[in-house]
Amino acid sequence: MENDIYQEFIIELYKNPRNSGRIEDADYSAKAQNPTCGDSVELFIKAKDGIITEARFLGSGCAISQASASLFTGYLIGKKVASLAKMKADEALKLIKVDLSKNPSRMKCALLPLDAMRKAVSGSY
Amino acid sequence: MFDAAKLRKDFPIFARKPGAGTDSKPLVYLDSAATSQRPKVVIDAMTSFYTEHNSNVHRGLYGIAEEATFRYEEVRKQVKRFINASDEREIIFTKNATEAANMVMRGWGEKNIRKGDRIVTTILEHHSNFVPWQQLARMKGAKLEIVGIDEEGMLDMADLERKTKGAKMLAFSAASNVLGTITDVEGICSIARDCGALSIVDGAQRVPSSKTDVSKMGCDLMFFSGHKMLAPFGAGVLYGREEILEDMDPFEYGSEMISSVTAERSEWSELPYKFESGTPDVAAVIGLGAAIGYLDRIGLDAIRAYEGSLISYMLDRLDKIEGLEILGPRSAKKRGALVSFTVAGIHPHDIAAILAEDGVCVRSGHHCAMPLHERLGIPASTRASVYLYNTKDEIDALSESLLKAKKVFS
Repeated sequence: MENDIYQEFIIELYKNPRNSGRIEDADYSAKAQNPTCGDSVELFIKAKDGIITEARFLGSGCAISQASASLFTGYLIGKKVASLAKMKADEALKLIKVDLSKNPSRMKCALLPLDAMRKAVSGSY
Repeated sequence: MFDAAKLRKDFPIFARKPGAGTDSKPLVYLDSAATSQRPKVVIDAMTSFYTEHNSNVHRGLYGIAEEATFRYEEVRKQVKRFINASDEREIIFTKNATEAANMVMRGWGEKNIRKGDRIVTTILEHHSNFVPWQQLARMKGAKLEIVGIDEEGMLDMADLERKTKGAKMLAFSAASNVLGTITDVEGICSIARDCGALSIVDGAQRVPSSKTDVSKMGCDLMFFSGHKMLAPFGAGVLYGREEILEDMDPFEYGSEMISSVTAERSEWSELPYKFESGTPDVAAVIGLGAAIGYLDRIGLDAIRAYEGSLISYMLDRLDKIEGLEILGPRSAKKRGALVSFTVAGIHPHDIAAILAEDGVCVRSGHHCAMPLHERLGIPASTRASVYLYNTKDEIDALSESLLKAKKVFS
């Protein structure tokens, strides 16, 4: 199939994002942007006793970046905050399921939520 | 009869096997506003320079040194004729348009702009004709005024007149790289003159396919890049009226731009060399000469007319796509060789990616015009641009790919 990247579930998530919204009293939050293509993801995380209980995002951008944000926020629930800083790109990329190795520019889109998360937990904006 | 199909054969990349489009598809190149494709004569001119005449310029006394210098200076004369400047001394070779703008900002701006002065630019500008002036204003404590646009995307001339009164300089584009808007360069330069403001024209999107006459335009300074008009990367041009350039300080210091150097002081070269420091990209300039020759042989008027017909056709086809909104003037007569647009429900980045799969090359993003996109209220747009080698079939391909993108996201 030609549109290997544009799987139905990605389009679906783009049109109907999961975990969308702001958390007013978030414990960790940060925004990551890719000015080259106009993608942005702002992540909000709430944790209790070091475990993530809620994760949401606000963003605009391409289907890959936004679908990725939906999947990523879901993935974070139940994870230990302490383990987040060590999370590798591969782990985040697996969520999007499609092979982006031939599209390094699209990989950047898929990793935008991870960038936001790293900023959020390191405390740097 | 303009024969684009025949002209295409002059461009090796279109004949590349396998195709130069993504995944070896035939190349449907609709991004000439970013950079043009190059005809074989230009590529050959560079190769022949390196194989037969390669030498540094303005220095040696031996055969190939004289040849290289001669050929380099012949291109300067060509450019002077191409834009109808009054003298070769008014033609400065730069690396690109951006460097030219910065040369003016440093060489003219820094010595002539003072605290409280007003400098004017427009919301249409490419970052290269916006950021230098913004920074100049910041550095000097001057006020940056930005001329707005109307609903159609044309410059608000009343706003321009108002803001230019009492201003020290006015920097604007001859054609917008996003909206395509063609500005009334002569009229605007005349307003600047009446107001005693220096006029600087960004000709990047206009010079490649419109006959340029700087004497008629009445501008003080104008710049453009060779790589958008079939020439190699590395050769841009800054044109300036002689008295302005004489007054300007050098931008870069070093060899070539000096007439004498002692331990204590240096004296500058005469024009144009005062602004051409160090070793230039000689081959790129030679290539620029070949590009001008190629364009002159076809005739810029013919190219402009052909582009106009393609853009007209593109506007019509894009108009028929539901959910697609064309940005900028709807009439081909009011615009240059590009159309930017948005499609409801699909991010420009995804549009470009899906089109790329069909070999259709467009540009998505803010096109180095973030202030403009903010004014339009959109984060990004998709842009298709044409040049003398594009065809109606390619516009059909663009349209079909866009319909496909819509299907993917439906």
